[in-house]
Formats: sequence, structure tokens, C-alpha cells
Amino acid sequence: MQLTEDEAAWARGESGPAMAMATRILAEMGRILGADRLIPVASAHIDGCLYHGDSGVHFAERLATGGGQVRVPTTLNVGALNLLKPEAGLLPPHQRAMAHRLMRAYVVLGCRQTWTCAPYQVGHRPAQGEDIAWAESNAVVFANSVLGARTNRYGDFLDICAALTGRAPRYGLHLPENRRATIVVRTASLSDALKRSSVFFPVLGAWLGRAVGSEIAAIEGLPADTSEDALKALGAAAASTGAVALFHAIGVTPEAPTLAAICHPEGPRQILDLTPEMVRQALDSLSTTTRGERLDVVALGSPHYSLPEVIRFEAARKGRRFTLPVTICTNRFVLDILERQGKIPAMTAAGVEFITDTCVVVTPILPPTGGILMTDSGKFAHYTPPNTGYAVAYGSVSECVESAVAGRIVRDEEIWR
Amino acid sequence: MRNGDPLTAREVLLCGAAEGDLLRLERPLSFWGGVDPTNGDITDPRHPQFGENMSGRIVAMERGIGSSSGSSILLELLANGHGPAGLLLIEPDAILTLGAVVAREMGYATLPIFLISEADFLCLPSRLRMHPTGVLEAL
Repeated sequence: MQLTEDEAAWARGESGPAMAMATRILAEMGRILGADRLIPVASAHIDGCLYHGDSGVHFAERLATGGGQVRVPTTLNVGALNLLKPEAGLLPPHQRAMAHRLMRAYVVLGCRQTWTCAPYQVGHRPAQGEDIAWAESNAVVFANSVLGARTNRYGDFLDICAALTGRAPRYGLHLPENRRATIVVRTASLSDALKRSSVFFPVLGAWLGRAVGSEIAAIEGLPADTSEDALKALGAAAASTGAVALFHAIGVTPEAPTLAAICHPEGPRQILDLTPEMVRQALDSLSTTTRGERLDVVALGSPHYSLPEVIRFEAARKGRRFTLPVTICTNRFVLDILERQGKIPAMTAAGVEFITDTCVVVTPILPPTGGILMTDSGKFAHYTPPNTGYAVAYGSVSECVESAVAGRIVRDEEIWR
Repeated sequence: MRNGDPLTAREVLLCGAAEGDLLRLERPLSFWGGVDPTNGDITDPRHPQFGENMSGRIVAMERGIGSSSGSSILLELLANGHGPAGLLLIEPDAILTLGAVVAREMGYATLPIFLISEADFLCLPSRLRMHPTGVLEAL
């Protein structure tokens, strides 16, 4: 592990204590990860702003008081509080105060107050081939797969060290030879209608994560016009059930115009034929409640809903009112556009609550009574039971809307037949 | 131990000394969502050692899994004195190692992390000392 003269000077403290600590941590992790040196990164996305305990707050405040300032454009993931409604949420007072301090420390460090797990939909769009240091599993897989930027699955602490120094250890997915597919997934036995429906992609992702773990898959047969939101849902689910950091969709994602272009030179290690039965199994795995119609709450937006996703939701709602609470997790930018379009009053009157800056599975927001939550998100479906105690029912956005109108779980199984 | 010879780590990822009772995890464990950061209890109900406590023990785990927020959980355990005494892994794990590296930077008591072979993983003594040289001594 070789540092440049500049980096060695930072590590010695010549640019202040924060730079020194950040550089030392990067160098030590580079050594452990088998990197030969650090490389420049063009941007960072920080997951460390979510409160897990007081030590993380002390770490961020040590960097802030040590004069730390990010050297590359840096966005922030969700925190444990909705700063637009700081009185909301159910965190106890000490944790609430510390979560607030943590979020403030990252702002002092110069990060942009995006507070979203979908930074790529609020203007943070790295270029293809660019080295970046991103945290948050869904943001990592989106940046790698859909944008063709290059990042490993960075996480708490390493993310801000990279932002402060503009450096990351040279290993893993920064190296083009490590970005090739080792597994090929064929989808020829699935109907085109299914592959064009948004409800399919979280299911495909949930299956993919379990089937490939941390390996890189090349998926054949997805429609060339598969939407960005569909790829986002696919990646988020795959990064929840597995450790997927990168997938390729042949003819869809930028590094995979053809299978030959992205397949490992020695050929794939494995070829998997995805059958309707396997899809059905993956669909069932996303729900922990299958019998009965009882429903308590609908939660949408993991990753945070984009504007097109809100528009699709409104099209399904058709002006109706809900009989159950419906929570939409999104970012401030989408909320701002909806406000300027005058859409908020009608949606609120219909029973929609907007949550920005955070979401329902990372901090206590839902009533602690427990119950059954319905969602169109593979990531919410995965994390709702362990993180909230609620049972979960997965369905399309239109199933979620119909259920929230009816006050019970309403299914439309047509697409799965 | 075989023939009474001490085992030796394949690699010392983080140098240090520790002694304690062994907690060999039958399956990998995600620290985030799997360990209570306030006391070291294993809280993942799907894990076979659900309910056991890792404070002060030498934890042996094949490899890390799960959320990258595992670094935060290990840091919090080390900050409040409920961390494992040492960590023995078959495969290197960047997430837990990072938590220990940050703990050292923060001035918290940290822990040694060694890589061991799969064969050695299965014949670890029930109480042992980790030497900074990588030697694992049965107590």
C-alpha cells in the first residue's frame, strides 16, 4: 500500500486532524483489502448519517471539529429524523437529540442536504467509467449498473473518509476486469407482459440477490426500454436479499450492449434459466402474510419515490380517498415539485402522508402496535418484518392503492398467471 | 489442538492480544440487525445462537454478511465496552475490520482480528489467548 507524497502528508496531519484520521483509515483499509494505492474519486454518497449509536456521532463530530470539509461533491443518505417535521417519529429523546447532532455534523462537513437513498434521482449522476465512493446498497448497485460508474459497496465511516480526501482504495469494482459477469440469467420463458410490468422488477431482484449473492449477473431478455425506476427497484431488492453491487442487463445497461461485451473472458461460471415457478417462489418470499385480507398501513417509496412513481400512484388512485393510512417516502425535491404543482392538498386529503429525509424501516415511525403493512417495494418487503415488527404483504402499486381504498388486501393475480 | 501444538493464524489483519472464552458462530451473522449494540446480545431470531452474548469473548465466524452498517455496530460495542475480545475469521471482512480500525482511531479499546484456516476454525479450544504474533494458545 503506497501513499503519494500528498497523501502521506495528509496522514501526518499537515492538512489538519480530520484529513489525517480519514487518510489513515483509508490507508489501513486499503492494506487490509489488498489495494496497492488510493485512487481519486469524483463524488461520494454518505450512509453514515443514519444514527446507530452515540459512537458514530462522536466520530462525525471529531471530523467536523478537526476541520474536515468534503473535497468532492457529496450527497447524504437518509437520517433517522424527518428534518422538515422534526417533532414527528417515535425516537426516544436521547436518541432523537443524538440523531439530530449526527445529521448536523455531516452538514458541517460540507455534504449536500439531499437526505435521500436515491441521490441519482436528485441530480447526482456520475458519468460512465467514473470512480466514485458511494455507500447505501441500492445507490451502489444503481451507480454501478445503471450509470456505469465504479464504486465498491462502501459503508459507514469509509464513505466520509473518501469524501474528505477525494480518495478510495484501488480494489474490487474500481478495476474494469472485476466488472465482468460470471453468471448469465436467461428470461426467455417469462412473458413479455410480465417483463414490462413494474411489479416484476422487485421480484426479479429478490430472486437475483439470493441466487447470485455477491457475484455479477448478466440478465438477458429484458425490454430495451426498461425504465430507470424498474432498474432501481431491481437493484434495491437484489442488494437487500444478497450482496449484489453490480448487475448487467443486456441491451439495457451501459456496460452490456451485448453478452459478449460483458461476459467474463473464460465464459460464465453458471447459466441460470429463470422459470415462472422460480418467479412465483420469489414473489411469495416477499410476503410474510399470504392468507386473509387484514391490512393496517400501506408504505411506498423504498428507494424514495421518484416523480414518475408518484404520478403512476396518482393515476392508480383516480381521485379516490383511502380508508387506511398511506405513507409515501420520497425526497424533498419531489415534494417541492408536487407542492409547486398544487398536488399536495388533494393527496393529503385523500389520506397520503409524505415522509422525507428518512423512511419507515430505518427509524420508528409506524405505530408500535404492529400489524400488516403492504408495499410495492422489494426493499421494504425485506426489511419491514425485522425492523418494524410488522408483517408484510407485497403487491403492485395498483394492488396497494385498491387495498388502501377498500381497507383490506385486494389482489389482482392476472399478471402472474 | 492437534498434538498440543498451538494454532497459528494465516494472517494477522489487525494486530493485538486478547484472551477469552470462544464463541464459535455456527452461521455468519450480520451485526446490523443481528447484535444489540448496547450489550452484545445476538438478537437475530433466525440465527442458531440467538440469545447468546459476545461481550468479552473471542468470536469465531466463517465470514461477515449483511449490512455495511455492521461497522457502526462493532464501533458502538467497542465504545461501550461490550465488544468481543477478539475476532477470528476464515475470510477477510471489510465491514467488521473497519469498525475496529475506526475504534482505534477514536481511542476506544479495540480488538485483534486474525484470519485462520477452515480446518483450524473447527478445532479451536474453548478458551484461548490470541498473541500479537498470530499464535493461538489454548488456556
